[in-house]
Amino acid sequence: MTESPQPVVEMRGISLAFPGVKALQDVDFRLFPGEVHALMGENGAGKSTLIKTLTGVHRPDSGQVSLAGAGVAFSSPGEAQHAGISTVYQEVNLCANLTVAENILLGREPRRLGGIDFRAMRRRAAQVLARIGVHVDPASSLGEHPIAVQQLVAIARAIAVDCRVLVLDEPTSSLDAGEVAELFRIMRVLRDEGVAILFVSHFLDQVYEISDRMTVLRNGVLVGEHLTAEVDRRTLIAQMIGRDLGTLEAIEDAAEKRHPDGPVLVQASGLGRRGAIEPFDLSIRTGEVVGLAGLLGSGRTELARLLFGADRADSGKLLVDGVPLRLRGPRQAIAAGIAFSSEDRKGEGLVADLSIRDNLVLAMQAARGWTRPLPRRTKDQLVEKYLKALDIRPANPDALVSTLSGGNQQKVLLARWLVTEPRLLILDEPTRGIDIGAKAQIQQLVTALAAEGTAVLFISAELEEVVRIADRIVVLRDRRKIAELDGAVTGVDEVVELIAGGAAPEKVVS
Amino acid sequence: MTALAQRVPSRFLPVLATVVLFVLTFGVGSARYEGFASGQVIANLFIDNAFLIVLAAGMTFVILSGGIDLSVGSVVALSTMVTAAGLRAGWPVPLVVLAVLVIGSTLGLLMGLVIHRFDIQPFIVTLAGMFLARGLCFVISVESVSIKNSTFRDVATAAIKLPGGVTITYNVVIALLVVVAALYVLHRTRFGRTVYAVGGSESSAMLMGLPTARAKVGVYVISGFCSALAGLLFSLYMLSGYGLHAVGMELEAIAAVVIGGTLLAGGVGYVLGGLVGVLVLGTIQTLISFQGTLSSWWTKIVIGVLLLVFIAVQRTMVRR
Repeated sequence: MTESPQPVVEMRGISLAFPGVKALQDVDFRLFPGEVHALMGENGAGKSTLIKTLTGVHRPDSGQVSLAGAGVAFSSPGEAQHAGISTVYQEVNLCANLTVAENILLGREPRRLGGIDFRAMRRRAAQVLARIGVHVDPASSLGEHPIAVQQLVAIARAIAVDCRVLVLDEPTSSLDAGEVAELFRIMRVLRDEGVAILFVSHFLDQVYEISDRMTVLRNGVLVGEHLTAEVDRRTLIAQMIGRDLGTLEAIEDAAEKRHPDGPVLVQASGLGRRGAIEPFDLSIRTGEVVGLAGLLGSGRTELARLLFGADRADSGKLLVDGVPLRLRGPRQAIAAGIAFSSEDRKGEGLVADLSIRDNLVLAMQAARGWTRPLPRRTKDQLVEKYLKALDIRPANPDALVSTLSGGNQQKVLLARWLVTEPRLLILDEPTRGIDIGAKAQIQQLVTALAAEGTAVLFISAELEEVVRIADRIVVLRDRRKIAELDGAVTGVDEVVELIAGGAAPEKVVS
Repeated sequence: MTALAQRVPSRFLPVLATVVLFVLTFGVGSARYEGFASGQVIANLFIDNAFLIVLAAGMTFVILSGGIDLSVGSVVALSTMVTAAGLRAGWPVPLVVLAVLVIGSTLGLLMGLVIHRFDIQPFIVTLAGMFLARGLCFVISVESVSIKNSTFRDVATAAIKLPGGVTITYNVVIALLVVVAALYVLHRTRFGRTVYAVGGSESSAMLMGLPTARAKVGVYVISGFCSALAGLLFSLYMLSGYGLHAVGMELEAIAAVVIGGTLLAGGVGYVLGGLVGVLVLGTIQTLISFQGTLSSWWTKIVIGVLLLVFIAVQRTMVRR
């Protein structure tokens, strides 16, 4: 990769604050023509914000953006596109009701005699598609094609104009391996034509395969810019999560580790769903805490949703108590004693405008069926019990959930599931965004529940946490289960190593 | 049928289904009643529903963009009222026509701006517009005002002779011109394609850098204009202005558009579908009047059943 002297995009000292959050602080970024540049960072590190600042969705509070040496300040995505910066978003942002050709050329259709010249449009679209080697009929409806093809059409749209900078924001998140390979082939073609490509992906393997250079962000701050060839995965991950590996090891704590040997409660064999998670085997015993570790997008939530029936598996089978269970939806899972506490607690967990009591009662009543109303006394007793057990503050059952802090909302959500007395409790990111004290309480609670015989599947982006409380750790990478480790003898370091895709340690069972 | 389905792109299927339905209902009428299958009966379908055809064309724009316009029936009534009152006051015909069209378009523009600027559901905004326009009718007069202007009466009663002894009115010509214009705008202009894109996915259309605001507001202006024009045609048809004209006509227009295969969710449909939808409704009405003993309410019942069937069919097609 020869470095041209002048970057096509140069951002200097970019700062941007949203109410209450400093999204970007004094970030520098440069992008050279003819390179694939990966933007790395954990969720919330500011990657999307930086991209949106570049593409005119946000305007920086301070700092300078220049394109090919000249200062620019875009006020809309349209202006940025006009200047040669095209963006393909994670979600395919096209119109499925229109034809492929229209999606590629909408807003810049060739015209003749005052009307759109559809024949010329199809010809132009076919040319663009041919340039990236995609063979679809430009006259067909976009909605008829699979997501992967739609993604490629989005790229065709992006390069249909004179495009100097192509921004790909997590374009691979819904593609399978073959489709990713196709995308990479196209990216290489464009790179060799001199297009500067900014690439965001949570898949480290992909980043190492395709990128020439990378910029790492953490908490809105620039951590470093490296040539991909010069930085190994461990260093990269350490930069992304903000601890060097020595510290990670030091955190490894001495909490007693158990080896629960209760009967197997849930057993999944070859369970999988195309595009979400590759088929995996997993068994969870009564009273066992199984931790799920992996980077964001590695398939953690997807795995959990399969177990809960929120998504339907398209392969494999699931045994509960040794009996096959066909999950057609969460109702069957709940009936089988499986509870799923979502990572999106506002959207999928709680009714924010109801009181703590009402939220708890909702779950209880749903579990009993509406034909058997709960007596007021029982309700009060139960609510009282969980308020105390979980130390929810304020301990006022009539307080609205929306007024509680994040940690206390999380506890209410937990309580909501606990009242149904689940046998398997799936916790997706139960400690995200809450303070240390509440975190510790929730971790203790998980341990206590397990001691009472509840099986827990614990999902967290914080590896220390997973390592600390899990009896067994399942490691996911790129939507695949890659290892199963004994929680008692595994350190954070080892998990990081696995996630990074380095040599697998000997203890790996799978 | 399956072979046909394979050759025709699936997006045309709903419209084709409506055409088939039209042919079927008309066939039933022709088989059962003497004189049903005549050119004049078909011509009468157009004559009696010219205003509805115009309304449906405007409504197609709105529904394609993912919106709805409940005000059109009231705007028709208001237009008849302005026409009748204006003519009674001695205004020249061109001025009356211009005033009506400007009022209708302006109402549409206002509703569009409110919907876009304040991000309020079109249902509510146009519901407000519906009450407003209906109320304005009675500000002008609470009574029915008949139209005595000779130019107007001449145009209304003029018959254009077609080959085969069939006659149509100027209303039909105007309605068909509107359909052709709507076809051109929707399919041949960037504005029209943007309407489809907004209906398909508004956020995508915005991220693609399309002028979504113009399209979103524009469809209500078009619908307002079409309502005013339909009001003029209705004045010619009824030769009177009245605040209780065209009650519920907005629902007939929506029904025609939906039966014509346009998705209420937006993004999918054709102007011609709306035209055929109107013809289906008209044919059912004609059938019932030929039958002679059935009350006209049966029309409504049949329309209700048809609507339900079509929405269910659309639903399954979208799911596929």
